[in-house]
Amino acid sequence: MATSTNGARGAQRWKEMSKPEVGDWRVKGGLAQMLKGGVIMDVVTPDQAKIAEDAGAVSVMALERVPSDIRRDGGVARMSDPDLISGIIDAVSIPVMAKARIGHFVEAQILESLGVDYCDESEVLTPADNEYHIDKWQYKMPYVCGARNIGEALRRIGEGAAMIRTKGEAGTGDIVHAVTHARQILADIRTIQNAPTEELMSLARDYQAPYELVVEVARTGKLPVVNFAAGGIATPADAALLMQIGVEGVFVGSGIFKSSNPAKMADAIVRATTHFNDPDMLAEISRGLGDAMPGIEANKIPEDEQLQTRGW
Amino acid sequence: MRPRIGVLALQGDFAEHIQMLDMIGIDSIEVRKVQQLSEIDGLIIPGGESTTIVKLLHMFDFVDDLKSHVESGMALWGTCAGMIVIARELADPYPTPLNLIDIGVARNYFGRQVDSFEAELKIKGIEGDPMRAVFIRAPIVQDTGDDIETLATVPATGDHPEQAVAVKSGRVLATSFHPELTQDTRLHSLFVKLAEDARIDENRTNAKRRLTEETASKV
Repeated sequence: MATSTNGARGAQRWKEMSKPEVGDWRVKGGLAQMLKGGVIMDVVTPDQAKIAEDAGAVSVMALERVPSDIRRDGGVARMSDPDLISGIIDAVSIPVMAKARIGHFVEAQILESLGVDYCDESEVLTPADNEYHIDKWQYKMPYVCGARNIGEALRRIGEGAAMIRTKGEAGTGDIVHAVTHARQILADIRTIQNAPTEELMSLARDYQAPYELVVEVARTGKLPVVNFAAGGIATPADAALLMQIGVEGVFVGSGIFKSSNPAKMADAIVRATTHFNDPDMLAEISRGLGDAMPGIEANKIPEDEQLQTRGW
Repeated sequence: MRPRIGVLALQGDFAEHIQMLDMIGIDSIEVRKVQQLSEIDGLIIPGGESTTIVKLLHMFDFVDDLKSHVESGMALWGTCAGMIVIARELADPYPTPLNLIDIGVARNYFGRQVDSFEAELKIKGIEGDPMRAVFIRAPIVQDTGDDIETLATVPATGDHPEQAVAVKSGRVLATSFHPELTQDTRLHSLFVKLAEDARIDENRTNAKRRLTEETASKV
């Protein structure tokens, strides 16, 4: 660690000399590119963070409670204690993410000050603002945000998000909504891609999305940032399902440390995310993992108790 | 004959490398299984998380074969995490690198993500303007063995010596930064030349045949 800190100081002057752009768009989105094909795991202690790193996680999400406990406990869920986040940052060499409440830009400022590598402006925490999300362009720290459809994804990107994830119902262990959102976003992209150019402005109006970003999607056939799945992933097969549908990597929240053998489950989900297209391999990977997390059927949760409807 | 290039597709930004190769008219394959190493003249290990990539290389039995292929003359290029993976040793406790090029490397040398940056970089062997180099939680080369050629450095600052961010040894190339995140294909063209050399190298051809048989007998 000492080497890196000294190096950072020495490099600072060189960076000033050669006039580079720090924390710009390519560098922010670039880190998400590096996470592709990987698994990002929720952890609540430095020990869990080590287990995740050893299992091959590309990043960890530092939290006080995993989503299934937040759901069970109720009450207001906020940013985690900086002590907890710093403890996890010190414990691992992989990038560390942390959550701020929707619209709570001061929690975000605090996370940036702690050196968090990616901020999740997350519906899993209780929203701080019913109207506005954070202006994410104001930070060197990149952001990941949840989305259920192309409009929501492009609005978040318009606000500066450098990575998108689905908003599957967190803490349920039920994959159904992550699948719905991933399919919806990909279907919307196909609609945009197949539309003649004169229809793009009307599509932008219908999706409530920035026109320039709709044009960009029409040109490239994909989101302008990396697109992961999140919410309800509990088994290697769940991870592979989302990868085959077309996301670029997965977040696993409660699914690892609420299973009966977390180290084994973590390892298996990492393998499955790499070999998502190989059924023989997936069969091997899925053997003898113990119990997956106990789940709640997400379709039975009334809409006003769903987390995914937070934000717009 | 154009060389065949593989991009290690266990984790990371392999799709971007494939796209860059496509831009210069080179078809490449995603390498997920060790047997595929016998089909290629050069392998790119992309950016990603080095701890994850090393772990997956061990999980899927790549380590010994990869070493044999590189020793037999296969071209190899590691970018960022890829550089960490192929180094001789690291200043950090994790991961254990594969020792495919004689360099010592420090991870996250420039700091955390908020310190990631871009800069102009003059690279030996690359004609014309400097390249736009994207450094993301980037590593640095802290020491180099005798047969290492340094292609680019960051200048000395304060109490810190000049240090390498791009090096080459035979057909093995390592860079701290991510040319695959730009539209500049000049380093990819340089790597294709190394793979061309590998393709016409008889030692490599013989070794490929032998390694294919050995791998088949293991499976």
